Amino acid sequence: MSEHRTPVSLRGLPADDPHLQGAARRPELVERVLALSMLVGLVLIMGFGACYWINAAPWTLGATMGGGLFFLGVGLVGWGKYLMARGPFVEERHALASAPEERDALAAALVERGGALVKRRRVLGGLVGGGLGVFGIVAVFPLLRSLGPLPKGTLFHTDWRAGSFAVDITGRRIHVDDLAVGSVVTVFPEGTQNTSRGQAVDQTILIRLSNENFVTEPGRATWGPQGYVAYSKLCTHLGCPVGLYEQQLELLVCPCHQSMFNVTNGAIPEFGPAPRPLPQLPLYIDAQGYVRSQSDYHEPVGPGFWERS
Amino acid sequence: MSGVTSTPRARRRAHGRYGRVSQVVTEIDERLGVARGGRTFLDKIFPDHWSFMLGEIVLYSFVVLLVTGVFLSLYYVPSSTVVTYHGSYLPLDGMPMSQAYASTVNLSFAVRAGLLMRQMHHWAADIFIGSMVVHMARVFFTGAFRKPRELNWTIGVTLLTLAIVNGFLGYSLPDDLVSGTGIRIAYSILLSIPVIGTYLAFWVFGGNFPGTVILERFFILHVLVVPLVMIGLVGAHLALLVRQKHTQFPGEGRREDNVVGSPMFPVFMAKTTGFLLIVAGVIALLGAFAQINPIWQFGPYEASRISYAVQPDWYMGFLDGALRIFPSWSFHSFGHTIPFEVTIPAVVLPGLLFGVAYAWPALERRVTKDNAIHHLLDRPSDRPRRTAAGAAVLALLAMLFVASSTDVIANFFHVSLNTVLLVMRVLVLISPFVAYPIAYRIAKEMHAWHGAGQRKTPNVVTRTDEGEYRAEPAPAFADDAEEPLAPTPVPDFIEEPPPPPPSRGTRAIDR
Repeated sequence: MSEHRTPVSLRGLPADDPHLQGAARRPELVERVLALSMLVGLVLIMGFGACYWINAAPWTLGATMGGGLFFLGVGLVGWGKYLMARGPFVEERHALASAPEERDALAAALVERGGALVKRRRVLGGLVGGGLGVFGIVAVFPLLRSLGPLPKGTLFHTDWRAGSFAVDITGRRIHVDDLAVGSVVTVFPEGTQNTSRGQAVDQTILIRLSNENFVTEPGRATWGPQGYVAYSKLCTHLGCPVGLYEQQLELLVCPCHQSMFNVTNGAIPEFGPAPRPLPQLPLYIDAQGYVRSQSDYHEPVGPGFWERS
Repeated sequence: MSGVTSTPRARRRAHGRYGRVSQVVTEIDERLGVARGGRTFLDKIFPDHWSFMLGEIVLYSFVVLLVTGVFLSLYYVPSSTVVTYHGSYLPLDGMPMSQAYASTVNLSFAVRAGLLMRQMHHWAADIFIGSMVVHMARVFFTGAFRKPRELNWTIGVTLLTLAIVNGFLGYSLPDDLVSGTGIRIAYSILLSIPVIGTYLAFWVFGGNFPGTVILERFFILHVLVVPLVMIGLVGAHLALLVRQKHTQFPGEGRREDNVVGSPMFPVFMAKTTGFLLIVAGVIALLGAFAQINPIWQFGPYEASRISYAVQPDWYMGFLDGALRIFPSWSFHSFGHTIPFEVTIPAVVLPGLLFGVAYAWPALERRVTKDNAIHHLLDRPSDRPRRTAAGAAVLALLAMLFVASSTDVIANFFHVSLNTVLLVMRVLVLISPFVAYPIAYRIAKEMHAWHGAGQRKTPNVVTRTDEGEYRAEPAPAFADDAEEPLAPTPVPDFIEEPPPPPPSRGTRAIDR
């Protein structure tokens, strides 16, 4: 049962007022419990020092430090809640707004003093304001310009050229006998496999779909020699690597947002948020049997952007 | 006489009744004039309510973030330069990786308490933003943002935005496989903005993705620029709180023109300092026992690699979910592309959400024409429409968050991914329209409920001599009966005046 207490002001309260007593009904017991909690806290903090000193496992550091802080905190909160002045106390709220005369005085100062200044010296004010304004605009351009190059055409091309050898991540050229039907490998144009641009932009997924020439779309008759087809590995949604190949369904799946591309019909997105097919890289197999590219991709790879048609 | 004042003790006493303390106070006050203001500060009254503690969790996890963050910054190397790892974590031995990743693995395994600090930092960040959202919900549902506190609401929304941005920046710094994919997605989102997108992306990344400067830039933003702004805004947030005084729930003796609660010194100080220790302690225990972001298992970032179940930290979940479920509506025409499938969920949606959050106090004032000063809080049931609107937004966010796990859900329940996606699309679309009327109805019912806000009285069961049992409600509690605690009437501009329930809003605060 709570005792009924009216909020009182803290100021001028006699020292024996019940509002200044703790809320605990058995203060000695509460004090003992709190003391125990703080003692445990102190011991654990000391244990933290010891664990740190002997370089014990990380979890022991966290357990001792966390437990120590926790039990000290519990003791302190309990002290405040049960043993200190229980209140409730009341304090007046003073209106935030000033008196009307003071507001008027401020407005008068702004208008009369400031206004007179601007009116009489309009040219000076205009020049200072104009100069700073122009500086603000002008300063933005060099600042932005030094942050990075302009995009220009870089988003439209990769490093695949006519005759580029397809190599895997270790730099080994892919030979026509390397992949069994149903296998995939990530390839790069030779020389870029260790560069960040090669990794980020040129990455291409090479799939062997059959042993005969594979045509994914009309107009791509020669692009899939001996069943090898290659698609950009950059998802057309947000540029994640389309890294999961579902062999039975012949689907490439992007693990980020689950777009699925059917590799047999030009990587048209069958499901998910990707808006466009993965661009296909035209391939040929040279006289020695190495897989090479006929040209660069015919369209920009990766996610959409304004300048892309 | 002069012999007496020359002893040190007498000199101290000469300053006032309280010896050395009086002396120190005098010395400071003669120079800075702090006595009156200092006393007012010590006497300052803080209202007590469990929900006012939520903001303290935010503040104290921020403190933990700063302390552990300084520790981490001593060992982290913000560089994408590729090095070969030869450290104490053998599974990665000999692998090429960025210096950023190598230094993060190193500070986790080779630096004493490094792993603990890293895990505490990550946990503190998740708790920081989580408690911020809950604190914001409390402020929203109780109407604490109303005049005169609109500015502090604005600062709070800005802090939430900055916290999410800084969380993402920090999450990206280890340069592991998962966070690197997150950076890649962020680049593509920038790229998707019409007209200026490519320029923006190139300026932020210093060229085409991945460039060579992004980790360095993220680092300086994460440890200097954003925290500096946040510290300033946290200071302003607290200064406004002190200046305007805390709001309070209606109750006995609590009026618009007073504050009822515990004094700053020593009660509030003891409780809040203790609470700081508890928050820090819980975060340390989480750091010790709950593994978070084990980047050594993900491996270093390589742009052509990816892993399954790629998900961001929880506070980015709603964006990831929106990106997953939005249909592939790309716009191609006039020689230009607008990737709506990215722009709308990742740019327009968060812009809209935060825009509404910023504008809410003004919007509500416009609807209610309520221009009065409010220091007494609403119970959520007092304002069914506001409560329902908040519930609708929370339901939408919750569904978007769930949608960020479509692949995991499909795997776990062995259902087709397509089904999960379609279901999530429907759920996201209908969730606000389901949540709104439900919350509205509940609020209305609670509001109209007889004895809302009053303590229940027990039933007394008596047995008559004939063996008949009878249950009768006991009389109301003495302190309830003594003074009906009607809240100071707040003009209710939103709702029609409620039917006159006998004791609407009466409540006793038990302390």
